Amino acid sequence: MRLKLLAPLAVFIVICGFLLIGLWRDPREVPSPLIGKPAPAFTLTQLHEPAKTLGPADLKGQVWLLNVWASWCVSCREEHPLLVALGKANIVPIIGLDYKDEITAGKRWLTDNGNPYTTSVVDRDGKVGIDWGVYGVPETFVIDKAGTIRYKQIGPLTAEALETKIVPLIRELQKS
Amino acid sequence: MRWRALLLALALAAAGAPALAAEAQPTGRDSVAAARAVKLSEKLRCLVCQNQSIADSNAELAQDLRGQIRDQIAAGKTDDEIVAYMVARYGDFVLYQPPVKSTTMLLWAGPALLLIGGFAGLVHLVRARRTEAETPPLTDEERDRAARLLGGDGGKDLA
Repeated sequence: MRLKLLAPLAVFIVICGFLLIGLWRDPREVPSPLIGKPAPAFTLTQLHEPAKTLGPADLKGQVWLLNVWASWCVSCREEHPLLVALGKANIVPIIGLDYKDEITAGKRWLTDNGNPYTTSVVDRDGKVGIDWGVYGVPETFVIDKAGTIRYKQIGPLTAEALETKIVPLIRELQKS
Repeated sequence: MRWRALLLALALAAAGAPALAAEAQPTGRDSVAAARAVKLSEKLRCLVCQNQSIADSNAELAQDLRGQIRDQIAAGKTDDEIVAYMVARYGDFVLYQPPVKSTTMLLWAGPALLLIGGFAGLVHLVRARRTEAETPPLTDEERDRAARLLGGDGGKDLA
């Protein structure tokens, strides 16, 4: 009889447990179906040299980062110093995807804030962004030597994410 | 002079007519395509403002995705193909109606399981109450006492 009385309390505690876990999860972080899949192809013009193009096909055989940014993107400012530091460390080529941005504004933004990118390409109408499942700029992808997406960071990079996940992953992928 | 002006006006009006007709034409097929686009975009979740569908949201991404849907309908894609296109890029999360999979079994079966569980609990409770409520048979002692009180013949009627 005592146990029966405790049953509702047990159910209540279990529900509380689920709700508590829910509190700490970020609803903006939607798992990308693209992880483990080949990087969607594109050929886009470069921001600084409009005569030249770049695409994932040109980067095959090396580990690289794709960072989606824009001059209008507020939280891009937040992660930018980290990207600049990563660029200076020269560990990995960082390709910038200037997403739905004005070319002059994009260039000026890089001049003002520092340019960590090996190359930036322009996705004027956001079509490539859609192919990559971009929905919250900034986003950062890690692509391995075979051209497979291995990791996606939604929202600004953090020092913690870089140190604990992204840089170790890059080093591991570079070894293989 | 006046006649000439009138003739000119008539000629201009006549020349304008086909242009007007050409503009007014595409209602039939376009409205079907537009209705399809609206229906599809109501089924898809906007990832920026997650409690709104692509149809409801004014976020730039939602506008782009609506454009994508219209383009693909114009290109002759079926509804299933367009939904598959969205799922390939944004995952099952874009679907307001999640697919039945091993990971979503609990989600789909949960309400039915709860209903069955609740009903089983109710039946159990009602049965327990009923047996409790049933009057227990009289003991021999009680029967004797009843007989004595009634002054009858040994309580045969009460058996």
